[in-house]
Amino acid sequence: MNRLFEGLPARAFLLLAILAAALLVAPWLVNDYLLSVLIIVLYFAYVGQAWNLMIGFAGQLSLGHALFVGIGAYTSAAIFVHFGIGPWATVFIAVLASVLAGSIIGYLGFRFSIRGVYFALLTIAFAEFTRIMVDHTEWLGSTQGLFLPVANRESIDLLNLRGSPMMFYYVILGMTVAALVLCRLLLNSKLGYYWQAIREDQDSAQAYGVNVFRYKMIAVAISSGLTGIAGVFYAFYYNNLFPETTFATSRSIEMILGTVVGGVGTLFGPIVGAFFLTPLGELLTALTDDIGLDGIKPFFWGICVAGIVLFRPSGLWPWIAGLLGLDKPAGGEGK
Amino acid sequence: MPVEVYFNVAISGLLAGLIYGLSALGLSVIFGVIRIVNFAHGEIMVIGMFFALVLFRSLGLDPLLSVPIVAVVLFGFGYLLQTVVIERVAHLADHYQFLLMAAIAIILISASLMVFGPDAQGAQLPYAFDSFQIGPLIIDKVRLYAGAAALVVAALLFAFFRYTSTGKAIRACGDNPAGALVVGLNVRHMYALTFGIGAACLGAAGAIILMVVDAHPYLGPEYTLLAFIIVIVGGLGSLPGAMLGGVLIGTSEALAGILLQPSLKSAFSFGLLILVLLLRPQGLLGKASQ
Amino acid sequence: MNRSFLSVKGVSKSFRGLKAVSDVSFEMPAGSIHALIGPNGAGKTTTFNVIAGVYAPDTGSIQLDGISLAGKRPDQICHAGVGRTFQIVRPFHALTVEENVAVGALRWTNDVKEAKAYAQGVLKLLGLAEKSYVRPDSITLPDRKRLEVARALATKPKLLLLDEVMAGLRPTETDQMVETFRRINGETGMTILLIEHVMRAVMALSQQVIVLHHGELISTGLPEDVVRDPKVLECYLGEGSL
Repeated sequence: MNRLFEGLPARAFLLLAILAAALLVAPWLVNDYLLSVLIIVLYFAYVGQAWNLMIGFAGQLSLGHALFVGIGAYTSAAIFVHFGIGPWATVFIAVLASVLAGSIIGYLGFRFSIRGVYFALLTIAFAEFTRIMVDHTEWLGSTQGLFLPVANRESIDLLNLRGSPMMFYYVILGMTVAALVLCRLLLNSKLGYYWQAIREDQDSAQAYGVNVFRYKMIAVAISSGLTGIAGVFYAFYYNNLFPETTFATSRSIEMILGTVVGGVGTLFGPIVGAFFLTPLGELLTALTDDIGLDGIKPFFWGICVAGIVLFRPSGLWPWIAGLLGLDKPAGGEGK
Repeated sequence: MPVEVYFNVAISGLLAGLIYGLSALGLSVIFGVIRIVNFAHGEIMVIGMFFALVLFRSLGLDPLLSVPIVAVVLFGFGYLLQTVVIERVAHLADHYQFLLMAAIAIILISASLMVFGPDAQGAQLPYAFDSFQIGPLIIDKVRLYAGAAALVVAALLFAFFRYTSTGKAIRACGDNPAGALVVGLNVRHMYALTFGIGAACLGAAGAIILMVVDAHPYLGPEYTLLAFIIVIVGGLGSLPGAMLGGVLIGTSEALAGILLQPSLKSAFSFGLLILVLLLRPQGLLGKASQ
Repeated sequence: MNRSFLSVKGVSKSFRGLKAVSDVSFEMPAGSIHALIGPNGAGKTTTFNVIAGVYAPDTGSIQLDGISLAGKRPDQICHAGVGRTFQIVRPFHALTVEENVAVGALRWTNDVKEAKAYAQGVLKLLGLAEKSYVRPDSITLPDRKRLEVARALATKPKLLLLDEVMAGLRPTETDQMVETFRRINGETGMTILLIEHVMRAVMALSQQVIVLHHGELISTGLPEDVVRDPKVLECYLGEGSL
């Protein structure tokens, strides 16, 4: 516990407490629509953190993270559909499968010294390749999709992750908080410092004793494993999986937008980004619905994202943290 | 299946590959000089397709004849995009550039969606169903014209980079920006020219491909990925590599489409991409970096 | 004293057919301080990089305390007890000065607190303590050179490779740095090999001088003898001047 809160200013404690309280009571105060928005926000906050661990902490750019969501989702969903085994048992298999996929990509990429953009393309290639393979796998529903038996929304069956949206809300809230705690602890550990050293200057890090290959592999493994858990949530929340909407590169981009907007390499960036972008999208939907013109929402959305990259390139969180006077200690601030 | 079928498919794939190659040239030129990875590549090409479609509908202009017009307009678009927007993120890390280009891609897709709607629309050419017969081989007229046009534009581009002083200056900026600055080149202008030329390639490729493919707002991401595969296979930054990669991918996808299943053909390309990245990351015709 | 601690035997390294280092051999006893000098392009930094594992030597062997280093990775060589600095400083920009040094100390501890405490000691030794919590980009170049030394020292090396760490220092600062290395050497018995152009530091610090020219070892001996060696003078002053 000491390590977790060490070095946080008193003001940060207060804000964290208020935020935690607000998130805990939120589902009792909002309507169904807002609850569903909050679930999506938290989902992106969670996957953003998982992605951020790899690029923001360890400096390895993945543009194919939808692969790990997909593997986690399909693994748990297929076992549930075919054998009736619930996600609490299969989440371990899902994580294992995601970590295995991540490790294969990492091993190949790092052993063959593929860096930067080339590594990012390798991750895209694996994600797209897998998408096409799933397209052709009957057992996974191929292009027709894999459907989970629709949940009874009234009764809550935590063991099988079947239940009301409120249950899903608390599950994803717990996951997001757990990921935040994990990231905070990792960033302030030897692992975190070694990752940042690799991110800043790989050759220099190696000269000071960092086994670059090993620590990059650990980053990919943790990141892909965490993302795999998100996949399990995704499958059981949405109840249907299609290769196109699960593995496609556009899904990978969607996952990382919030984090880049919020601030890559920071602890709160992914969370802030998710809380900003998802509601922005909903707001634009509401505003543009009346016009009834296809494409007007993504048009303004794209302009907002481009504007943030151009005018707040280090992300929203470092800026907000500065305004709140929270920018002194805590984690690194990325590049 | 009779053996001519394979030849016919291979030739039609090869001709399509020439267009892919031209489009990939646009990506390769921009990366080779400015070191920016243009993730809005396919979307810019789709803008070229729609522009040619408008010219076809309003003026009855054959896409083949609209190639120069579309190229010039997209050159201006690229030049402005570089000086007004992209230049500002040049010093930032890869993922910021990526995100900005992705945002631009989203803007372009939604803009074309707003203007043209979600349906696929093509240019109905009077000679769309004509073909040449050479012995047992049957070659579609549109495909042959399209492939030849792509080859001509690519040849012009090669000549530009090889023989004109501006082309040489751009290459110098790509090889050594600091050195280019020292000898008095306006690197900013050169970069903008480069992005303009890259976009012009995409415009030409877009107008040409409209002859064989219907325009559609959501085509963009597919073309982006395809161009990436091609330039990586051919060698990022190598111009002949991009053409070779285009022909290779075009032909092999076409053959994979009939030998395996059509829907598996891009799996083949992604597999090839992974292999090339691992075994020869500089690409088939690229220079080793170290 | 006679047993050699670092032994470099017949090391050669070429780049694209160009010999950067050719058949270089020298020995260093434990606890000694040697200087590697020579004109620009003589192969000094390449020799460092071969010892530190950045490049594997084409031929020859390198042994530290009886353990072969040739062909090992830089991090393995760091763990074997070799600390090095980079001629062109390469700090971790987003980390504070203290964290930069702590990364070095994490070589031998898993405890971040302990690593930071040790980093503080090293920073104090090098006169950087009051800069602990700023980023490397906001300190002066001489301070960044000190930071390089601090990072290398924090790994607790047995052999310290210093690549032009005195360049750009004022004479009084050079004297301070020389004093620091002498103290470290006296108190811990750390063996030090330095590449240096500042002859004031070379003469004051080193017991032996090794002279490279065009990748070949042309002279070795006591500092005062080496500077009088006609071959050495020739390579510094240009051919035909004698």
